[in-house]
Amino acid sequence: MAADGTALGRRLRDGDLSAAAAVLNLVESRTPADREQTSALLAAVSPAALGGEAKGHVIGLTGPPGAGKSSLLSELTRAWRARGRSVAVLAVDPSSKRSGGSLLGDRARISFDPEDRGLFIRSTAAGERLGGLAPATRAAAQALSAAFDVVVIETVGVGQSETEVGEVADTVAVIVQPGSGDALQFLKAGIMEIPDVLVVTKADLGDIALRARRDLSAALRSVGSRDTHVVAVSSISPPQGIDELIDALDEHRGRLDVPARRVEARRAGALADFVVEHGERGLRALGGRRAALKRLEREDPGADVPALVTTLEAEL
Amino acid sequence: MMRTYAGHSTAKKSNELYRSNLAKGQTGLSIAFDLPTQTGYDPDDELARGEVGKVGVPVAHKGDMHALLDGIPLGEMNTSMTINATAAWLLALYITVAEENGVDAAQLQGTTQNDIIKEFLARGTYAFPPGPSMRLIADMVAYTVTEVPKWNPINICSYHLQEAGATPVQEIAYAMSNAIAVLDAVRERVDQDLMGKVFGRISFFVNAGVRFVEEHAKLRAMGILWEELGRERYGVTDPKHLRFRYGVQVNSLGLTESQPENNVQRIVLEALAVTLGRDARARAIQLPAWNEALGLPRPWDQQWSLRIQQVLAYETDLLEYPDIFEGSKVMDGLVDELLEGARAEMKVVAEHGGAVKAVDYMKSSLVDSHRERIRRIEHGEQIVVGLNKYTESNPSPLIDEEGGIMTVDPEVEIQQREAVAAWRADRDQAAVDAALEELRRVAGSEENIMGATIAAAKAGVTTGEWSRTLREAFGEFRAPTGVGEAAAGGGAEDDLASLRDEVDRVSEGLGRRMKILVGKPGLDGHSNGAEQIAVRARDIGMDVVYEGIRMTPAQIAASAEQEGVHVIGLSILSGSHRELIPDVIAALRERGVDAPVIVGGIIPEADVAPLKQAGVSAVYTPKDFDLTAIMRDIVALVAERHGATASA
Repeated sequence: MAADGTALGRRLRDGDLSAAAAVLNLVESRTPADREQTSALLAAVSPAALGGEAKGHVIGLTGPPGAGKSSLLSELTRAWRARGRSVAVLAVDPSSKRSGGSLLGDRARISFDPEDRGLFIRSTAAGERLGGLAPATRAAAQALSAAFDVVVIETVGVGQSETEVGEVADTVAVIVQPGSGDALQFLKAGIMEIPDVLVVTKADLGDIALRARRDLSAALRSVGSRDTHVVAVSSISPPQGIDELIDALDEHRGRLDVPARRVEARRAGALADFVVEHGERGLRALGGRRAALKRLEREDPGADVPALVTTLEAEL
Repeated sequence: MMRTYAGHSTAKKSNELYRSNLAKGQTGLSIAFDLPTQTGYDPDDELARGEVGKVGVPVAHKGDMHALLDGIPLGEMNTSMTINATAAWLLALYITVAEENGVDAAQLQGTTQNDIIKEFLARGTYAFPPGPSMRLIADMVAYTVTEVPKWNPINICSYHLQEAGATPVQEIAYAMSNAIAVLDAVRERVDQDLMGKVFGRISFFVNAGVRFVEEHAKLRAMGILWEELGRERYGVTDPKHLRFRYGVQVNSLGLTESQPENNVQRIVLEALAVTLGRDARARAIQLPAWNEALGLPRPWDQQWSLRIQQVLAYETDLLEYPDIFEGSKVMDGLVDELLEGARAEMKVVAEHGGAVKAVDYMKSSLVDSHRERIRRIEHGEQIVVGLNKYTESNPSPLIDEEGGIMTVDPEVEIQQREAVAAWRADRDQAAVDAALEELRRVAGSEENIMGATIAAAKAGVTTGEWSRTLREAFGEFRAPTGVGEAAAGGGAEDDLASLRDEVDRVSEGLGRRMKILVGKPGLDGHSNGAEQIAVRARDIGMDVVYEGIRMTPAQIAASAEQEGVHVIGLSILSGSHRELIPDVIAALRERGVDAPVIVGGIIPEADVAPLKQAGVSAVYTPKDFDLTAIMRDIVALVAERHGATASA
């Protein structure tokens, strides 16, 4: 039985958080019937339908394995819930190249109360693209941000993947642990995009964490970034720096031109979906990536992703 | 010394059992606590459901401890307590009961298992994060060395590592690394001139498998490494302190559910591994019962295990000779080989920053070794008589209508819930509050935890209250599952490839990749089965959600709904399936999740029909060793469930 996308969209608009699981089941499905319903869902939560951009704060949380992302996320969700904000976590895990299957482990590290409908956690496999987003994650983030106060997309990696997260998220936080020189080198070399917030974990390590924080701040200044907050946190009891991090994330959101970032996100998403469907050959038929984006810029800023994909397909 | 590991139902019932075992010639006590007591929950806690009095005796406060030890001469008794995360608490209760009976703590003899690293790696009854857990252990060692000098405060366990799949080399290396972590922590808390005494009080609890020649070599190797460690790392010189002392429970992992009578000869051979050569002979032996893989052993089954030891000790000539392997080239060669492997592996652990920091590494290595063991059995490379070879059998006359196991009356749990509530209502609450406040203060300081813990025991604090106070101070912790890093490659590659195609095909119909939730409800920490199912499901192309042990039915149901899984696999080995599985199914249905549920674990035959009635689609037990076949069933089950609806 295919889900009813329009009805699900209505539930999200009404703030019905219990719709989240059904929304994910729908947007992850690749059957033609479900994809049609996904389009209906996204139309039902488009800026036009909502009368503005979705209220939720979409946050990308990314960093290398072992940096302490999951423990931090556990503390963050606890703190957000304590402030009365509803939270949806979309955890993206790498898949096994060989079998296509994956072990989705992040959920295990986030403590949750099963009776609390204000916290939703969904793990998804990244699919073939290592370090990238699961195909459904963009759609899920767009839909859920209509109902949840915070939508977190958690991905693995440092270097390439946060570029992709950056296309979806309002705010990107990169997590690094002290003593790992990679982030520093990537920043200086310009391999890594400058994150909106940089988080140094394991602040309980004391001097090492302080030094890492100082080095990263210096590196950021050297590449000309003044706005990026560097926050040191510790997830070990008693947790430290969590409130400061939440304030930094809020502060970035406060400065942000949300509609502009969201329009960009939808256009980038439409282009990505188009490429999944029609490949590089289809893109060339449109005159390349730049031309395709130019074409999308002529559309209504409030247009949803499926509508934008249709626009591109009409040019073929 | 001969013991049987015992305790069940209630403190009073267990007390009767102990007295009767002592009358039969047993020379010490070995207390088995139930899982709520081991993990720090009172009988009326949600997580305790189905587990009260199951695998051991519930002890919720000093009143229970008084009942448990009633009439037993504590001044003369040597008592082994299998207790880890809450060891400081149970020792405090033991000291309290002794003192309230006029026995001085200095007279007490016995052992608290108190090895937390193996709980993270294998057994699962941890309560606090690694750092604070090590501090509790170090506090206990520092306290007992002066106040309860005849007590063995810790028993480094390699037993459970083998149960989790460790090879002999891993068993030696991880146990020694673990001991180093403990001794290093203690060294910071006692005077250097006490280190010899501390070293001499550390004993080991090892395993012995059916490959008994190699197993004997393993024990000789451990003795050599231990002495070396004492001399070189801790500057111990007294030969008495340097002796490798160990107790043993022989292997349960190798015991089979099919043709369980064969387990008797396995147990005898394993007992030889730890007794054959005098230079590496165990000081205390516990033998498992022949029917452990079926369920809880009855008193008669345990009597049989005790009689095995008595025949070995009193009828054979085993104990009449000096070390019979002295000068054996074969034995020395085996020992050298194990020493070399163990030293190399200890180096790897040291490079990870020691045993505490290397928990993730060791856990995934164990999951890998166990996967390899299962692969060998599946492929017939390792023969297990009655399981993958010589499987034809006449019906066993040993199995009666009740399935040849002991069942615990579910009334016990209800009674214990009420009893602990009554205890709380009946005590001096102001004294309890003050004791807990003091405990909280000490937990946050550098002071030794034992003083405040004993004061809390005397004030009538409960097990759950003591643990909750420390959980609040130290933080909650979830151990690594070890599956994320596990290497691929289980069953035959052809079978896996064809199953992968099938998973792809069914996933196509489902619209998204087939997704399974592997859940471990309740307090049972035996996660081998769940881990192996999770890894194999990934290897055939499923998306797998596995959250580790100790989940409530409500948590499992919430995860299943939020994750949108197509099938749910539940694993229980502790005997609480009759309560917990129907609870999980009810919680799932309440959330509108209609995915099929399968169950694996130690499930007696008689319980299969009621589980199916409750809505379980399939039940797997230890005799179902072919993981690929189980996977094929699961894929077919999902296809069938969704086949009718996938086309709409």
